[in-house]
Amino acid sequence: MAAEGKAIDALSQFELAPFLGALGESVRFSQSNAHMLLAIGLITGLMVWGMRHRAVVPGRLQALAESGYEFVHDMVSAQVGEEGKRYFPFVFSLFMFILFGNLLGMLPYAFTFTSHIAVTFALAALVFVVVTIVALAIHGTHFFSYFFPEGAPKLLAPVIIPIEIISYLSRPLSLSVRLFANMVAGHVMLKVFATFVVLLGGLGVIGPFVAVLPLALNIALVGFELLVAFLQAYVFAILTSIYLHDAVHLH
Amino acid sequence: MSKTIRTAFVLALAAMPAMAQVAAEHPGATTGSEGGMPQLAFGNPWTIAQVVWMLIIFGLLYYVMARYALPQVEGVLEARRQRIEGDLESAQVAKQQADAALAELQAATAKARTEAQSAIAEATQQAQAEATARGEALNARLAAQIEAAEKRIDASRIAALGALRQVASDTAEAVVGRLIGPADRGMVERAVDRELAARGRA
Repeated sequence: MAAEGKAIDALSQFELAPFLGALGESVRFSQSNAHMLLAIGLITGLMVWGMRHRAVVPGRLQALAESGYEFVHDMVSAQVGEEGKRYFPFVFSLFMFILFGNLLGMLPYAFTFTSHIAVTFALAALVFVVVTIVALAIHGTHFFSYFFPEGAPKLLAPVIIPIEIISYLSRPLSLSVRLFANMVAGHVMLKVFATFVVLLGGLGVIGPFVAVLPLALNIALVGFELLVAFLQAYVFAILTSIYLHDAVHLH
Repeated sequence: MSKTIRTAFVLALAAMPAMAQVAAEHPGATTGSEGGMPQLAFGNPWTIAQVVWMLIIFGLLYYVMARYALPQVEGVLEARRQRIEGDLESAQVAKQQADAALAELQAATAKARTEAQSAIAEATQQAQAEATARGEALNARLAAQIEAAEKRIDASRIAALGALRQVASDTAEAVVGRLIGPADRGMVERAVDRELAARGRA
């Protein structure tokens, strides 16, 4: 499609479109939301249908569900400690939601909802709000001592406190931009090189031979993107765990 | 992994000239058709609607995970842990029982051996005592028999000696009577007694 207009159109893949025509239009349900629904359907399928046998010796699907559970569970209990158990479902949902969003985006014709800054920022803001509420609920007003580390010289308070507040407030930004930028960069690169394959393929006799190079690069990039898909979900989840640790323990 | 990355780099470098060519032929192509990223179009109501739907969908996921899916997984893992622990425990109990049975067996063997040895010793002692007692009894009986026999011999000798005096006296009286006529019995007996005494056989 992109090559037809003789232009590299790497960004139209991120455009939102109504899902199921007029029905989606009426409730502003985009294809992005449809992919979210598919993602949580797959996650629920894995965790409920995959565990349906409740076998002592797990089958493949149950082993996958269990290893996902234990991966996040170990991460949360290692970062937050014993108190982290209460927040485990939240971190698990985040991790699986982002992981499945990233991985679904790797399929042809699929939409990558984690490539939208609005989505990632909403998730990061959710984490920010949850973490702040947890901190306030556990420590009350004592929570504000977080912005002035114990033992720091009083003279430096005017410098330290603004820095700490800014770093605290910048958490949702860094969290959301990291995920968004990674996914966008990956998908733009894939699209650009895929367009090169089509454009170079049309360059006469030697075209197909030259086009093999961006094709090979794209294949490598797909592998790389699968790694990034997992890695970014992991980073999002572990940073959430670290923020929760700060909220529970205050440094 | 590093091999893949290296290959990707080499391919990227090799493809650079061709890509530069294509990019030069299509100026301004990479900026997109309508300019700007769709993600940054915050004025687009679809962007906001997407987030609202996402919060609903994510909330649904959280509810299902926290309420049903994760407790179920935890239950399965917990059941497995308990089963393994239980199996280990019963194995340990079985081992302890086996150890106890072995110890019991060894104790029983040792006890049986000492009992047997003491029984042997006792039997030996008893046999020895019995043999001693029987020997003593036999000795006593023999001694008694010997004594009785000696007594009998003594009595016989005394009787024999008595008879000898009688026979000697009778013989002497008869001899004296034949030689010098009837003799005085009393004188003969005194002579015999004197003669017997002289030989030491009174």
